[in-house]
Amino acid sequence: MPSIYEQLGGEPAMQELVEVFYRKMLSDERVSRFFDDVDMDKQLAKQKAFLTMVAGGPNTYTGKDMRKAHEHLLERGLNDTHVDVVIEHLAASLAELGAPANIIETVKTVAEGARADVLNR
Amino acid sequence: MSSSPIVSFEGREIALRDKETVLEALEREGVPVMSSCRAGVCQSCLMQATDGQLPPKAQQPLKESLRAQGYFLACVCVPEGNLSVALPGAGLEHEATVLESEDIGAAVRRVRLTIPDGLDWFAGQYITVIRDALIARSYSIASGPSDGYLELHVRRIPGGLVSNWLHDVVRPGDTLRFRGVFGDCFYTPGDEEAPLVLAGTGTGLAPLYGIIREALRHNHRGPITLYHGAVDESGLYLRTELSALAGEGHIDYRPCVINGEDTGEGFLTIGLLDEVVLGANLDLKRTRAYLCGDPALVEKMRKKLFIKGLSSRRIFADAFVPTARP
Repeated sequence: MPSIYEQLGGEPAMQELVEVFYRKMLSDERVSRFFDDVDMDKQLAKQKAFLTMVAGGPNTYTGKDMRKAHEHLLERGLNDTHVDVVIEHLAASLAELGAPANIIETVKTVAEGARADVLNR
Repeated sequence: MSSSPIVSFEGREIALRDKETVLEALEREGVPVMSSCRAGVCQSCLMQATDGQLPPKAQQPLKESLRAQGYFLACVCVPEGNLSVALPGAGLEHEATVLESEDIGAAVRRVRLTIPDGLDWFAGQYITVIRDALIARSYSIASGPSDGYLELHVRRIPGGLVSNWLHDVVRPGDTLRFRGVFGDCFYTPGDEEAPLVLAGTGTGLAPLYGIIREALRHNHRGPITLYHGAVDESGLYLRTELSALAGEGHIDYRPCVINGEDTGEGFLTIGLLDEVVLGANLDLKRTRAYLCGDPALVEKMRKKLFIKGLSSRRIFADAFVPTARP
């Protein structure tokens, strides 16, 4: 059975997905402040790696990376509500690109699994 | 049976095995190459091809401007023919002679240099001028190879160690050392109908000027809009040349200042550069945007254009990050 990554269309689909997803994040006042001082191209590359991970594609993302990458944001108030926003936008982006409901549910579950790492619990 | 392709790297020749990637072949021969995902995603194994044909798959995930420079991902590169490769930015040091040094605006000096043998570049890229072992600063190139010289626009920075030296000491006939060429903010042919939007502040005009002239050399047909921002009119330069260029064709030249007066002919736009640029009508599907100069403004415009709907792959930016002082 092909992975969700393959079903969605591999690397080109991840590129399209990350653009739609990051645009939603930057446009959302609930989370946009966390991206105020980050380099957009680098952030897009990181988020693409994250999306590739949650879609089951080739990646080297680890829980440790996730903890380290978000450590400094905890001091700035990152909490469960922000993770909720990420998952909400992720699902909406997938839907926008025409992903079927079962795939969206699976991706949401995988992304949910990163919550503890992101919030360093 | 035909012989297998050869990968050349720093004088070594490695015969590829069946289906072997460039990364695997280099590692087999003990060449250290950074890698992480090994699947064409993370870009750790970015390398540059200096000769030979790259398989499309090896460049597919990369930005167009990186592709044009022969960058590729070694982990997904299975060449069909011989290929010479180098580590990225294995930047060579060059020497050039100063041809011309002239004031072209308040605090802006134009320095033209001879082209060192074998140097190739795209207008809009930059070089790092070396004053001595410890002091070097980057300047964008406003000319293309067909101009026959390298042109830099040097803004005098108060207390600047290289800008003041270039303004006051370096003269025609002197030799300059530099490293380069670097940068991925430049014109790439192949989409000649695309509207181009170029916006920059101060000497951010240098790369943009080069990019426009490069686009014209490639007979770019899409509309071109150039926004040059400054605090007031004294910060604008090359106005005569740019107006003449605008008169020749489909170029809209929009000088834009924060403090000033519109003479009524619409020639000078008063306002903040990002608001002026974002306030204009944009074809979000096709426009290519080039942003240069003040880092905060470049980043702001980049984000705003992206949020508005322009793909990040159609936004080329070169933020002039200032030197940090200890």
